[in-house]
Amino acid sequence: MKKSVQLKLKASLRRPGSLAVRLCVLLAAAITVASLIFIIAYILIMGVPNLSLSLFEWNYSSENVSMLPSIINTLIMTALTLVIAVPVGVFSAVYLAEYARRGSRVVTVIRITNETLAGIPSIVYGLFGYVALVVAMGWSYSLIAGAVTLAIMVLPIIIRTTEEALLAVPDSYREGSFGLGAGKLRTVFRIILPSAAPGILSGVILAVGRIVGETAALIFTAGTVASVPSGPLSSVRTLSVHLYCLLNEGLYTKQAYATAVVLLVVVIGINALSGAIAGRISMRPRTADLPKKRAGSI
Amino acid sequence: MNKAPVNNLVNLSDKPGGTAETTKNPAKRRALTEKTMSWVFFGCALASATAVVTICLFLFVNGFPAIGKIGVPEFLLGMRWKPSQNVFGIFPMIIGSIYVTAGAVIIGVPIGILTAVFLAHYCPKKLYGFIKPAVDLLAGIPSVVYGFFGLMVIVPVMQSVFGSGGKGILTASILLGIMILPTVISTAESAIRAVPPYYYEGSLALGATKERSIFRAVFPAAKSGILSGVILGVGRAIGETMAVVMVAGNQAVMPESITSGVRTMTTNIVLEMGYAAELHREALIATAVVLFVFILIINLCFSAIKLGGKR
Repeated sequence: MKKSVQLKLKASLRRPGSLAVRLCVLLAAAITVASLIFIIAYILIMGVPNLSLSLFEWNYSSENVSMLPSIINTLIMTALTLVIAVPVGVFSAVYLAEYARRGSRVVTVIRITNETLAGIPSIVYGLFGYVALVVAMGWSYSLIAGAVTLAIMVLPIIIRTTEEALLAVPDSYREGSFGLGAGKLRTVFRIILPSAAPGILSGVILAVGRIVGETAALIFTAGTVASVPSGPLSSVRTLSVHLYCLLNEGLYTKQAYATAVVLLVVVIGINALSGAIAGRISMRPRTADLPKKRAGSI
Repeated sequence: MNKAPVNNLVNLSDKPGGTAETTKNPAKRRALTEKTMSWVFFGCALASATAVVTICLFLFVNGFPAIGKIGVPEFLLGMRWKPSQNVFGIFPMIIGSIYVTAGAVIIGVPIGILTAVFLAHYCPKKLYGFIKPAVDLLAGIPSVVYGFFGLMVIVPVMQSVFGSGGKGILTASILLGIMILPTVISTAESAIRAVPPYYYEGSLALGATKERSIFRAVFPAAKSGILSGVILGVGRAIGETMAVVMVAGNQAVMPESITSGVRTMTTNIVLEMGYAAELHREALIATAVVLFVFILIINLCFSAIKLGGKR
């Protein structure tokens, strides 16, 4: 053991170039991990002592910049965005994966536009939402304007992950279903979508992460009013926007730390959840439950 | 692959069979539902295309008249941005965006690619289970939290090192460099992993060291994938707003040195949109149009590289 280490050391000393490259690789990985740990540790250490119950009071005021309204707004915003984006995204993926002919021109165009959507910066989405929804549609700064803007923004994420999940469903499932006399629609809803559910879910969770963390697309669409909305047309601020507003006013550094902690914990939770689901997908054996059960019941 | 037989099956099973009179009506109805739903799916699939067209339309319709009023050279190459005097030149912002993005690439790309090499070829399995989620988490942290971190940590460090305000190109570049790491790492890693293992093994068998095998045999084969990761990173860096606005200083003038404050196109929009009106507002939308064109060019490069890689 010791000898082999010595041999290795000698070998690498004989090739200083290789040794240097190896050190660079290790250093780079160390920098990556260290910067993540540093960011998280810094926010947690500075923020946790600043968490107090008064920050979770129902009403926001300039004396007590409570984040509870923003948390509730974030939940509502996320739910509303998903209600719009998930059906459209999933159906779109169903079309791409199940209905469209291979290599048809429509599919190519849709793929290109999906990639384009994914690349558009969030501030451009925000500006579009402002010009099209807030001004042209006359919705003013509102929950619904923010949700529609975010729905367009997360659409490519949902489409891409759903399509991958659908393509991963083995063709034997489809053939089995058709063989038993089910139509295409029935096959899609009863066989394919349920088997692809974990993959779709992990895409939805990714989208939730994006919605929770979004700021630039919301400032000029949903506005910055820090209270629980009375309807879809009232202006709201989500937690990320809340953090930005606190920093902008410059008086609430402590509260900003506390908000950042909550935001970070939520994001870490979302990541852990999507990781767990992704892990379950890869662990699940390919020849899964559904057709077998069917065969057994007949 | 074997989609064609599946489709045949559908057609067979869905054909309204004329065998029994009694099943005719339900069969007809079912065929109608099938047809309707396939159109619904198709309509949803068109949503993304519609969205892109609508976004382009709204931005261009609102932005182009302003560019026309200001004048193309005055707008794109003008050195002064003075909304109160109706002077709108975004050249400093374009330069600012380019500087900051270039800085992020210089800092983030080498670290990202080397980390990807580490993950693909050096990382012990146990450690991989820790580093891979860490990289994903780095991608999930909201940009406003990055900005907060930059403001509280990187800016004071820069202040004490350079003695200036601390906000500027270098600070923004460092922060953006960290932010593009996950994009670069995950794309580069999958590119490196996609190279057939016999490239690496063959090189080792010929007597090359591990490092030489990776960087001389595997790397050229993974080049296009790595490059597309870099381009994705560039896209992320040039479009980033909330992190940059907190650490870049936001002066709308040409930067003099690497530590001087700078304003990017994205931050220009977010800083002034709240109170802008009339021509000023249109000029901001026109700024977004310019940014959008930059992004489209980046996307084109990305597609071109992907196509080239396939060939």
